[in-house]
Amino acid sequence: MGKKSEVIEREEVVIRFSGDSGDGMQLTGTLFSDTAALFGNDLSTFPDYPAEIRAPQGSVGGVSGFQVHLGHSEINTPGDFSDVLVAMNPAAIKANAKWIKQGGTIIYDENNFTEKNIEKAGYEKDPITEEKLESYNIIAAPISAMVKEALKDFGLDPKSVLRTKNMFALGMVYWLFDRKLDYTEEYFEKKFQNKPGMAEANKVALRAGYYYAETIEALSPVYKILPAPIAKGTYRNINGNSSTAWGFMAAAEKAGLKIFIGSYPITPATGILEELAARKDLGVISFQAEDEIAGICTALGASFAGKLAITSTSGPGLALKSEAIGLAVMAELPVVIVDVQRAGPSTGLPTKTEQADLMQALYGRNGECPVVVIASSTPSDCFLYAFEAARIAIEHMTPVLLLSDSYLANGTEPWRIPMMKDLPKITPPFADRTEIPFLPYKRDKEKLARSWAIPGTPGLEHRIGGLEKTEKGTVSYVPENHEQMVKLREAKVERVANEIPDLIVQGASTGDILIVGWGGSYGYLITAVRELQAEGHKISLVNFNYINPLPKNVKDVFKRFKKIVVCELNLGQFANYLRIKHQEFTYEQINKVQGIPFTILDIKEKCIKMLEDI
Amino acid sequence: MAEEIVNKYTAKDFKSDQEVRWCPGCGDHAVLSSVQRALAELNIPKEKIAFISGIGCSSRFPYYMDTYGFHSIHGRASAIATGVKTANPELSVWQITGDGDALAIGGNHFIHAIRRNVDINIILFNNEIYGLTKGQYSPTSTKGQVTKTSPFGTVEEPFSVGELVIGAKGKFFARTIDTNVALSTQIYIESAKHKGTSVIEVLQNCVIFNDGIHNKITDKEVRDDRTVILKHGQPMIFGKENDKGLILDGLKLKVVKLGENGITEKNLIIHDALEANPGIQYMLANMKYPEYPVALGVIRAVPGPTYDRSVDDQIKAIQKTAKIKCMDDLLMSGSTWNVE
Repeated sequence: MGKKSEVIEREEVVIRFSGDSGDGMQLTGTLFSDTAALFGNDLSTFPDYPAEIRAPQGSVGGVSGFQVHLGHSEINTPGDFSDVLVAMNPAAIKANAKWIKQGGTIIYDENNFTEKNIEKAGYEKDPITEEKLESYNIIAAPISAMVKEALKDFGLDPKSVLRTKNMFALGMVYWLFDRKLDYTEEYFEKKFQNKPGMAEANKVALRAGYYYAETIEALSPVYKILPAPIAKGTYRNINGNSSTAWGFMAAAEKAGLKIFIGSYPITPATGILEELAARKDLGVISFQAEDEIAGICTALGASFAGKLAITSTSGPGLALKSEAIGLAVMAELPVVIVDVQRAGPSTGLPTKTEQADLMQALYGRNGECPVVVIASSTPSDCFLYAFEAARIAIEHMTPVLLLSDSYLANGTEPWRIPMMKDLPKITPPFADRTEIPFLPYKRDKEKLARSWAIPGTPGLEHRIGGLEKTEKGTVSYVPENHEQMVKLREAKVERVANEIPDLIVQGASTGDILIVGWGGSYGYLITAVRELQAEGHKISLVNFNYINPLPKNVKDVFKRFKKIVVCELNLGQFANYLRIKHQEFTYEQINKVQGIPFTILDIKEKCIKMLEDI
Repeated sequence: MAEEIVNKYTAKDFKSDQEVRWCPGCGDHAVLSSVQRALAELNIPKEKIAFISGIGCSSRFPYYMDTYGFHSIHGRASAIATGVKTANPELSVWQITGDGDALAIGGNHFIHAIRRNVDINIILFNNEIYGLTKGQYSPTSTKGQVTKTSPFGTVEEPFSVGELVIGAKGKFFARTIDTNVALSTQIYIESAKHKGTSVIEVLQNCVIFNDGIHNKITDKEVRDDRTVILKHGQPMIFGKENDKGLILDGLKLKVVKLGENGITEKNLIIHDALEANPGIQYMLANMKYPEYPVALGVIRAVPGPTYDRSVDDQIKAIQKTAKIKCMDDLLMSGSTWNVE
């Protein structure tokens, strides 16, 4: 293909595709990141889309974006600022202007910068000058006109022709980053197997964009990002929701159990239900419930009947499930409740990310009602923590709350595929058939877990329920029995700490500042901390995945730093939790509640200020 | 040659070691005894039976049964029972619920279990009152009823259970009286044999908070004249003297007296519980005294595919031709690449 005039090698680059929610930006971004992954770059992606499926065309509220960060070295976030913005309309400039790197490249469809669209986006005449972007590398490409011309002999209706605009833009970006078109072309051949005309039209648009970029001088220089030094193995791209679903299926296979998911669709958790619903080949029983409550209640029924029970939801749905989680605590049945957090309260910003359900997860129930709380921290480690959540639920006969978030759910990254033989075995504590009469609340000494007697097993007939019971399973109002059972349930959850890994400090084990994070903000925190370390600062990071119980070495880690700074996307919920659990330390906070992740820059600036105060 | 089936069980085998704590004289005692008799006759292995309940007086039921049991939370028994049955279609799953549990707080789960036709047997104890919370009106309380939360009488329309079941695409609806053990036992057996959601409305007496609410139709002296026991394939005949019946007069049901105006048994409607069109069954389920006798027995029993079996069949059919057989297959499927 085209010969490159000037090629510049870059460590990393961030590209953002942005347009109307009907412009196909999510697909464009996905195709670009798959191509980059196949090439061997490390990468991280973040789709950012409005709650409205088709918001008014051309409006800022209707802008849908997809950001890809790729690099020659380890990449942990989708990046703060983009080097290249592809803007399909003026509203895309409006939504992203402050997120473009100083002097970055903006490719836009000049045919779509009509007076009407410019006005809709809130500009008077010229978005570029009004945003003071004249000094940037601006490429005004007549994308709409070019695809019309390229596809004029295809006999397609004007709408279908314009729908290939995104592929023209993608073609331009491929040229800019010296990428091959074959993966994308194969994708179209597969997708439009029965519509060869559409496959060809998309391929023609893609190539037209590629050649157009080659022809115009404006796109020089071309950036080259060499493959990253990645560990040997087989890889795939995966997002957080899929890897969560896969983690559950892996756990079911390791436990020799069938999986049951009872869920109600809710953004941004729906992907987990969809992924599991598609896996009938692996025997998954998926149940789309009439509401959130039925989601967890069918799961509890299935758990009683001996299945690995899952229910997935987001914050508002978790609120509705509270009472049934209490029942699971009381009945001591294994179930995993996944909360893919979104910005709240109430409906909040349903497609945006936040970490503000922590208190709800820990305490949002009536009575003394402890559950194990675990949080995933990258799109691919959602697999590991879903597996862990299921393992702990089954082996300890307890509900486990797994926290993910919108950012992890939709973000993707390359994932080194594990082998099933390398994962630990899971042993369900099935009741011994010879122990008759069966005592439902008799516990094993080590874990304090009761045993699991499955309906269908002769001789183990028993009754459980939400009323307080004795060890024998008899309803009891005896005050001392209630207190003892409350303490036993608490101790059962605490004993999970015996088998979770210690905290690992990223960086030196002593220093000025220890950054403390939990769950999904890991990528931003580790990137900021590593950059600060490289700049010579005595700063380290611990990121918590096990929230309740906490790892045993917290105190030992914390005491070696002058300052502990808890960073989270809420007003300080984890900081407050640590203040209860480890009162001996003083905690400072970095918080953000804007529905978007931290930026590396933001964290670095705040840390540097704190370092100056030491 | 038919093999003789020997029943393993008697009603006593289904009694648990727990002391029954309902009020003396409560209709629930008779329901418990009828269910235990029905199960003995059904001869289903005890370990394959699960009783699921919500909250309310009747929901204590599972504790008194020596089977698997789960006493859950208010209104959610239909959802939990759906989970149990879908997870293991081999089990015989019974839901015990009341008018508040199933029709107020649990209304959503109730109608959706019915719509899906999950093969569970729902015994709905209808005493038209909240008993466990000591006497507030329920969704089936008669309009105008004075209770603790309606000191001046309710101003809302009650649900009719049969109407709601049919409206939710229900395929099995029966009605019985708590103290009629023979009829109840027979109905429980039929409901267990029916594949799909069966709803049995039990007109149950709350001796403390709504005593005698069903008396006008359940009292020994009047019940034969004020109820009609429907049997599939039989004419709709009732009365102490078996002298009354039901005919279709235009688009409405009408009570007639045999022998009057030349009416004979041949003019009466033959009950067809298997008819899919619910038109007549709907009218039967809604008959109210004094205009009509109240219908008892199996009013509707239409066969149809069940949710739990359909889920299982779909999984098995897909697995037959599936390329992905285990997690390793899935992990390596689709777009992957190797890093050397």
